Amino acid sequence: MAQHQVNYASSAGLPIALTSVDKLVNWGRSNSLWPLTYGLACCAIEMMASGASRYDFDRMGTIFRASPRQADVMILAGTLSKKHSEFARRLYDQMTEPKWVISMGSCANTGGMFNTYATVQGVDRIVPVDIYLPGCAPRPETLQYALMMLQKKIRRESADMKKNKKQNLRLV
Amino acid sequence: MRKYTPKDNVQAKAYYTDRFWVAPRVPREEVEEGTHFAEVVAALGSLAKEAHIEIGQLVIHINAGENFQVIKMLKEQCGYAQCSEQSAVDYLAKEGEFELFYQLLNVHEAKRVRVVCRIKKDEAIESIVPLFKSANFAEREMFDMFGIRVNNHPFLKRIIMPDDWEGHPLLKTYPLQGDEFASWYEVDKIFGKEYRDIIGPENRDPARIDRYDTKRFSRIGYEVPFGADISGGETEQPIEYSETFMVNYNKSSKQLDERK
Amino acid sequence: MQQPNKLTPFFENLNFERENNTMVINFGPQHPSAHGQLRLVLELDGELVTKAYPDIGYLHRGIEKMAENMMYNEFLPTTDRLDYIASTSNNYAYAHAVEKLLGIEAPRRAQVIRTMLLEINRIISHLFFLATHALDVGAMSVFLYAFREREFAMDLMEDYCGARLTHSAVRIGGVPLDLPAGWIEKLAAYIEKLPEAVKMYEDLLTENRIWKMRLENVGVISGEEALNWGCTGVMLRGSGIKYDIRKEEPYELYSELDFNIPVSDRCDSYGRYRLYMEEMKESVKILKQLIPMYPETEPQLMAHAPQYISAPKEEIMTQNYALMQHFVLVAQGMRPPKGEVYAPTESPKGELGFYIKSEGEPYAYRLKCRAPSFFHTGLLQEILVGTYIADVVTIIGTTNIVFGEVDR
Repeated sequence: MAQHQVNYASSAGLPIALTSVDKLVNWGRSNSLWPLTYGLACCAIEMMASGASRYDFDRMGTIFRASPRQADVMILAGTLSKKHSEFARRLYDQMTEPKWVISMGSCANTGGMFNTYATVQGVDRIVPVDIYLPGCAPRPETLQYALMMLQKKIRRESADMKKNKKQNLRLV
Repeated sequence: MRKYTPKDNVQAKAYYTDRFWVAPRVPREEVEEGTHFAEVVAALGSLAKEAHIEIGQLVIHINAGENFQVIKMLKEQCGYAQCSEQSAVDYLAKEGEFELFYQLLNVHEAKRVRVVCRIKKDEAIESIVPLFKSANFAEREMFDMFGIRVNNHPFLKRIIMPDDWEGHPLLKTYPLQGDEFASWYEVDKIFGKEYRDIIGPENRDPARIDRYDTKRFSRIGYEVPFGADISGGETEQPIEYSETFMVNYNKSSKQLDERK
Repeated sequence: MQQPNKLTPFFENLNFERENNTMVINFGPQHPSAHGQLRLVLELDGELVTKAYPDIGYLHRGIEKMAENMMYNEFLPTTDRLDYIASTSNNYAYAHAVEKLLGIEAPRRAQVIRTMLLEINRIISHLFFLATHALDVGAMSVFLYAFREREFAMDLMEDYCGARLTHSAVRIGGVPLDLPAGWIEKLAAYIEKLPEAVKMYEDLLTENRIWKMRLENVGVISGEEALNWGCTGVMLRGSGIKYDIRKEEPYELYSELDFNIPVSDRCDSYGRYRLYMEEMKESVKILKQLIPMYPETEPQLMAHAPQYISAPKEEIMTQNYALMQHFVLVAQGMRPPKGEVYAPTESPKGELGFYIKSEGEPYAYRLKCRAPSFFHTGLLQEILVGTYIADVVTIIGTTNIVFGEVDR
């Protein structure tokens, strides 16, 4: 019976994997997306549910962080009111680059059913949004799918964030 | 000629009302002798201008100047220990008045009383915070939403809308979708007025479709690359099966429809 | 060197003003344990809170204004978004107020279904309270366990109405759907299992030394003060005042059901936590009594009031007059009689009441939602004073406020 050599280190050196820097960096970025716990309204409950026992967000490398300085993704979950909009933008500014935004739920996408004086008609008026997630409120599966779509998007991007032209408004 | 729309009440209105339609009224009952409510009315005496029972709850109309006195009597003599709710109704368009109501609860009798009074537009009302602390937030909300001033309130300030907000949202003259100030509020606050042009006005029409937007709308039969400029019009593309390995890739692409 | 301006701001240059050894700190509006968008400005002397100023309105969506611009049936789905943890209780409170205004009563089967849904929502809400409160205090595992049980209850709601969070499961005049096949059995299985889970949480927490230290004698409020501040629900019963609207001013089937109202004289957070646990057991008891009631009822689901309520779908599809009436009710809306109504209900958070002023038009002239959380938030400015900063989170958790209904 043929004996396979398994101790690479002692015999022929370490195995080599070749890849581009972009892919390596994006692999790291996309597989440990840490969202900011930014629950605004009803969708926040579904966001909590997706972090809790049944839907288990942690298996995607997603751990909710309470501080914007430790977060990569801002999940804007719920209605953004005009009074709050200033703080939403401030939190976005406080996040370190690279950063992405998921707009969760109809209210965050377009204002949704709250077509009133007090709600921001779409968070893309304030922050650049990467993924729009429909539903009122979106199910946890939808949020997980959105996160997977965001991972796909990140893997397509360049590791140098300056080269990535954001499609929507980025006023920096 | 442009259709006249009244400015004193800009809320939604029924688009059709029968000429002979007379709205019925919720039945009002007289206060019966010997009940708990009769005792309440008797205790108030002449302070109660009018008292009747509407859907199981006693409604007392009083003079606006006597609100503190009446509610104090209700609390101390009749056992109404909780003020569940306090707010106003805007009747400025019809009668030039606000209707204020105080919803009180007697925990021991499980009875509810609504004290109603009316004030003119620029009049103020006496605060009942010394009696019920729950009125602290409720009166602030009333001030915020209607602009009704409350005398002797410990901290009368906007509560729900931001401090620099203009207008009082629940007035009938305030449109549902906000005025000019409201529509630019977040842009002005975060970026400044000079960014209004870059960000553009709010889209308040949920069914709006931009003919030339190639980022959010697919155009079947007229496929163009993502984000391409199609202001000059796009050309018709034949619909094809996608050539993935799941499809029989030995055959060349097949036309789906008979347009050609 | 980067220059701060509006678009690339610096946030590191915050300075704290300190005078006579007090410090002002800002809590929220984005804080993981603020239960939404509560902003608190706290004045501290060392670690002692000397002044608390709750700032609300960060989730104001103009729901009361929307009510003035929507027809009565149109507005119902909006009420889901008030207290989004127990949506059906809001739907019910609104439908109940409108029904009182119209003077109609839902048929018996609808009442049974409504009462079931209300109690399931109470369980969902209390489990959510337990999960978040335990998470805030530091017991992470209870969060995971409680969410597990909550998911099963959400499955029941989903089987009934198709939505997990925003149910709209109650309509004015009844309920839209009958219970699906096999639902009763699932419910029976769930309520058979739930007391075991509740017992497990109690085993984990009730005698837990850390839990007791964090909760006992924290957030103390006397019964008189609780009434004065407009506290209702568990906040009131936790202060020794036995007032439950289900018992005192019964609606739906609560007058026929046998259940207890747990009361605590401890006046602190621990007592309130115990009440939440007891209420879940009472809800199970109510659900057990409701299950045999269901098969005894007639299959009618919506009240018969042609002036206000559309006929059943079958009649609309087969009878011309029912179709016309349905069309008018959908296009023009029902016109309740002139008058005003205030209808209180016992939502999981406390007294949820709707004040509706009708002028005989298809749109409400004024709708005021009396939300329990609004008054519980007002209470924070008193209850937080004199506590330590570590207890602030416990007290916010124990008031169980939901910002959808605080700001509306």
